[in-house]
Amino acid sequence: MKILLNGEAQELAHSELHEIIKQHEFKPPFAVAINNTFVPKHLYVTTYLQDGDTLDVVSPIQGG
Amino acid sequence: MDLLRIYDKRYESRLILGTSRYPSPAIMQKAIIASGAQLVTVSLRRQQSNLAAAQSYVALINAAQVDVLPNTAGCESEQEAITLARMSREIFATDLIKLEIIGDNYTLQPDMEKTLSCVVKLIKEGFKVLPYCTDDLVACKKLIDAGCEVIMPWGSPIGSGKGLNNPYQLAVLRQRLPEATIVVDAGLGKPSHATGAMELGCDAVLLNTAVAQAHSPELMAEAFCHAVKAGRYGYKAGAIQAQEFATPSTATIGMPFRVNE
Repeated sequence: MKILLNGEAQELAHSELHEIIKQHEFKPPFAVAINNTFVPKHLYVTTYLQDGDTLDVVSPIQGG
Repeated sequence: MDLLRIYDKRYESRLILGTSRYPSPAIMQKAIIASGAQLVTVSLRRQQSNLAAAQSYVALINAAQVDVLPNTAGCESEQEAITLARMSREIFATDLIKLEIIGDNYTLQPDMEKTLSCVVKLIKEGFKVLPYCTDDLVACKKLIDAGCEVIMPWGSPIGSGKGLNNPYQLAVLRQRLPEATIVVDAGLGKPSHATGAMELGCDAVLLNTAVAQAHSPELMAEAFCHAVKAGRYGYKAGAIQAQEFATPSTATIGMPFRVNE
């Protein structure tokens, strides 16, 4: 399955969001959006990505 | 006590500080302390290779014991802003959101039509929205009518350091919107700019580049701290009306060396 992860093309073995996050070792604090729509943490285990989806994982940075 | 009102929160400090563009995280932390700010702006970006930097940044902000105000900087659409706001609420555990939807890339002027539409949606979701806006009175009134208790009109374009481009309009906002918390956001360069905004009756200022890019951010942060207080005290004290002629400060009656008339 091919997706865009943080803007870069990736080939994934898993489709479950929880597994993808675990595999890529994203570290908290972070939040997730699929196809530009926010996905709350409690839905990670029941959310599955599809071919062509975009996944964004964001963390805090300096802001003005 | 004269406290700044940001929805249900109250702050002694009337200076909100940005955390971007400092020479180092340590200097940022010193500047926050020197400024006396109790509320600082933060943002979200994709988690990539600089993971350690992101984690140490969060630790620094936590150590500073200040509240955070997440922003939607860089957004150009309502959808982007709403998604970032929702992500910010989960990460930072706050309903506060500084809403920025840019309509022009050269001036970074906010798109007021999209901002208003987005405010309506975010308030329905329980967000406490602080919209970055122009100083247009009617646009600001609409934001307040939509439920914003705080508005953040620009002084001048973000990062320009030009100060207050239109003091008259800020004075009009103060006069016509007496219940709103007005935070002048963007474009301030010198402490005197902050004093000017506060003398006009604005409730607070938000600044970043003026401190972060100063030769000494820590010293400039302290300068702005004093400048904001000076402007606030000046506004509360009630300034005299300017006039076109001189009035002697010292009594003229009893002046020696003159013949009494």
